[in-house]
Amino acid sequence: MRRRTYDAVVIGSGSIGVPTAWALARDGLSVLVLDPLPSTGQGSNKTAIGGIRATHSDPAKIRLGLRSLEIASTWRERYGDDIEWTTGGYAFVATGEREEQVLKELLAVQVRYGLDIAWLERRELLDVVPTLRREIVRGGTYSPADGHCSPLLFGHAMFRQAKAAGVEFRFGEAARRIERSADRVCAVATDKSLYATRTVVNAAGAWAAGVGEMAGTEHPVRPDAHEAGITEPVAPFLRPMVVDIRPSPGSANYYFFQLATGQVVFCVTPSPSVWGFDRRETSRFLPLVARRMVDLMPCLANLRVRRTWRGLYPMTPDGSPIVGQSKDIEGYVMAIGMCGQGFMLGPGVGELVSRVVRRETTREDDEVLTLLSPHRAFSRAEVLK
Amino acid sequence: MARIEGHPILQRTWGDSFTFTFSGRPVQAYPGDVLASALVAAGVHVLGHHAKDRAPLGIFCANGQCAQCLVLADGKPVKACMTLAEPGMRVEPIVGLPHLPESDEARPMSEVERREVSVLVLGGGPAGLSAGIELGRRGVDVLLLDDKSRLGGKLVLQTHRFFGSVEAVDAGTRGIDIGASLEASIRTLETVTVWLEATALAVYSDGWVGILRQGRYELVRPRLLIAATGAREKSLAFSGNTLPGVYGAGAFQTLVNRDLVRPSERLFVVGGGNVGLIAGYHALQAGIEVVGLAEALPVCGGYKVHRDKLARLGVPIFTSHTILSANGDGRVESVTLAAVDEQLRPIVGTEFSLACDTVLVAVGLEPVDEFLRAANEFGLPVLAAGDAEEIAEASAAIFSGKIRGLEAARRLGVTEDEIPEEWHALGEILKSRPGATMPKHPAETRTGVVPVIHCTQEIPCNPCASVCPQKLIQLEGPDIRGVPAYSARDGRECVGCENCVAVCPGLAITLVDFRRDPAMPTVTVPFEFGADALRPGSAVVLVDTTGEELGEARVEKIAVRDRTALVKVKAPADVAGQVAGIRVRRAAANARLAEVVEALSDETIICRCERVTAGEIRAAIRAGCRDMNELKAITRAGMGACGGKTCTSLIARLFREAGVALESVTPNVRRPLFVEVPLGVFAGLREGE
Repeated sequence: MRRRTYDAVVIGSGSIGVPTAWALARDGLSVLVLDPLPSTGQGSNKTAIGGIRATHSDPAKIRLGLRSLEIASTWRERYGDDIEWTTGGYAFVATGEREEQVLKELLAVQVRYGLDIAWLERRELLDVVPTLRREIVRGGTYSPADGHCSPLLFGHAMFRQAKAAGVEFRFGEAARRIERSADRVCAVATDKSLYATRTVVNAAGAWAAGVGEMAGTEHPVRPDAHEAGITEPVAPFLRPMVVDIRPSPGSANYYFFQLATGQVVFCVTPSPSVWGFDRRETSRFLPLVARRMVDLMPCLANLRVRRTWRGLYPMTPDGSPIVGQSKDIEGYVMAIGMCGQGFMLGPGVGELVSRVVRRETTREDDEVLTLLSPHRAFSRAEVLK
Repeated sequence: MARIEGHPILQRTWGDSFTFTFSGRPVQAYPGDVLASALVAAGVHVLGHHAKDRAPLGIFCANGQCAQCLVLADGKPVKACMTLAEPGMRVEPIVGLPHLPESDEARPMSEVERREVSVLVLGGGPAGLSAGIELGRRGVDVLLLDDKSRLGGKLVLQTHRFFGSVEAVDAGTRGIDIGASLEASIRTLETVTVWLEATALAVYSDGWVGILRQGRYELVRPRLLIAATGAREKSLAFSGNTLPGVYGAGAFQTLVNRDLVRPSERLFVVGGGNVGLIAGYHALQAGIEVVGLAEALPVCGGYKVHRDKLARLGVPIFTSHTILSANGDGRVESVTLAAVDEQLRPIVGTEFSLACDTVLVAVGLEPVDEFLRAANEFGLPVLAAGDAEEIAEASAAIFSGKIRGLEAARRLGVTEDEIPEEWHALGEILKSRPGATMPKHPAETRTGVVPVIHCTQEIPCNPCASVCPQKLIQLEGPDIRGVPAYSARDGRECVGCENCVAVCPGLAITLVDFRRDPAMPTVTVPFEFGADALRPGSAVVLVDTTGEELGEARVEKIAVRDRTALVKVKAPADVAGQVAGIRVRRAAANARLAEVVEALSDETIICRCERVTAGEIRAAIRAGCRDMNELKAITRAGMGACGGKTCTSLIARLFREAGVALESVTPNVRRPLFVEVPLGVFAGLREGE
């Protein structure tokens, strides 16, 4: 006999839903995860490219990122699975004066938060990333403690841990309504059943606004589609994630890194944004990204592209996530609007949400929650997303 | 050098040979050779070792679809089967992961060229050419692409005469000649542009099609797309299935019939459909010994006349048998087989091994449908023609292309010509599977001259009836699927013209002439192993349709009609009607080994790109995985170079084997690109500059 009552129902089995459900179960709650897709991570998790960093400029994201980094980088020792974690660092390269200035300003903030990051002059940067085109690189920031892993393997490893901790997953089952009794959540109705619960976590990523409507509330989250690609594997030649923040017609920035298995993964931030749920490939992407990558790193010209895809960045007006309990609906918790960083923030967010649900937040948590509050003004914009 | 000289059907102008190096050793090549063919001709079968487990890799698809034959040519990773050999080229095997060539130079980049056309035809095989011709004749501007350096698709590999309808698809003519004739037709059409060495990479949601053309990237937006992309071969899971020397029948035909390279001395064929049967026959024509053919079902699924051609030449056909393993150290040395029960499970105790150096896997085809699926998903106007729509014979593909070409012209509003009702009917007939096999009636007549028709199976084919000047061969039944029969009537009788003997694609008609010597009539037998192999007086063995020996005879006379030798022998009147063929070469030597070679201990590979075993996939299925995308995430199966082209159907079998209905399994998402392309090409750098 399947249960019909849970301490918490998490909507979405992706980068946020899985670690959240796992954290809640570890903390002793009975948890159900609902996802309309056929298996875990099939929304945006599998389209993530795999970078995890703490070197943000927003203190909330820095804290969540630090915790995610700790979980990912120690995963193998703690749980045994190889998630292909590589402490390769992040290199934000500057090719123009403006970029140098932006990066140095950010650096001051990041250093203030104690992050392991420094400005490298051209020669030092070329020691870290020798394949950059010497003539156009001025220097850049380098944060050696950041890294990357396989989003597929990490996502699935957390999924297995969640199941082992007792989380129930129902795939191919879509939430339809979040039932309330007065101002508090009392159940979730799906296309197949009804589950009684006093806590619902919206972890629906790009689809979060739709889940909000089920609860009768609005969320300022809308998806922006980014295309990505992967090459054939080659012998290791690139340690860090390389991010080029110089805008160029069609793209705000782009970034790429080499997986532990040898493939190079790359992604562009389109400019202007491509709003909507369309995840179909376009003819624009490859010529645009290839020109930029080959210009920055000429040796990439001979690297063969194997596959491309398109994923959704659930954006918020100020570029920061929305995490916390609703003031208007008791028991309705949001972990949404990750702005394309759900994969790297997820493990930290999951634990935070569990503390929110159990009302066991720390003072540090409360600072983070203030910054990420669903009820904030959304007026400030992060310098660098 | 394992080059084929004196092929009975094919000729190749070799040109002046040159050398390139492989691992520093010189390898001889001829102009037009791809690296893979030159290497195989030089006896090099192992082209590299997989980065994951160092397993030896050899050619597999020979068609640019997989990446098993990846090598480094002058420092760049390329597919050996698609890269032309050049004098002085330095080719190295890839051991582990290749090193990216260094480069620190900025080079100029050009914008991607974009152009619009009315119709873009993907594929220059039988279907694409036929569609292009119908459109070109109506003045429609067409761009037709093919990834090879010549047109014809798989027709260029087909040395045999085609089945089907003479009127509609030139049945009775060899595939290679049909290809040449279609090419000649399309080349006369002014509105048709042909791009060779042009590979479609992706159909994008914005309506543009990305194309790699001779090292450059171009985008084309058609008003209508015709996917005539043909088929790819299905793979099979068995122990040792990735050993160099195990490959698809199409790959084999490419080496043998396109490049005239003899990759094997002793060949074993898995699969008794037309592809396997024909490939076996092509091997014999190339002077390769065929040590056997295995078919899991009790009868071969291909045309009986194709099966009989092999049987007459002494090839053992093991029906109700399956391959357990290909065995060998670094390349195939033997194959182990077993009989199967009614559920197609191997029967313990029936195992035996045969010595061979090559295993051809011919277990069916599946459509190359990536572009069709993408266009449909994106709501772009698209038609599919030939195998891309439905797997069938090449004759059906020709006709399907014709229908789709006219349909496309109608959709574009350039013609109001209706598609004739009978086209659809014939289109269906040409696609039909072989029907019933009729009992054979021994000929009663022992006077005059009579054709003996050894073709007893309902297949869509009518050349014999079409070429009879007396119109005395008729098909029994309402359409061309009827079994042909000869009868003298209305005062007319066979005049002994031998047209039917020469034209029959199944080599299944002989002529018995009692006129000179009723006790020892003369039998005319078709023979496709080169007139040079025989001369008057040569001793031959007479065999019936199943290959049973009927006695010996001497060749009386030989005539040649379009590369088919018509050989006259004398046979006693009581067996003359049973003579269906002659055998010159000895029957294949018994290749059975004294001992059964045990299956290799390493597990069967399902995903050859990422070396994922059946065991890993079964474990995931047992753990509850019902989504191929999740399976991919966990095991990497389908994530490699070929993008699931090879393993998807094998994984489907593992689900079925585990008792999981395929309807409950989510299929994997296919994504561009169709084949890998360097970033520099997308950036607008020209390759080689």
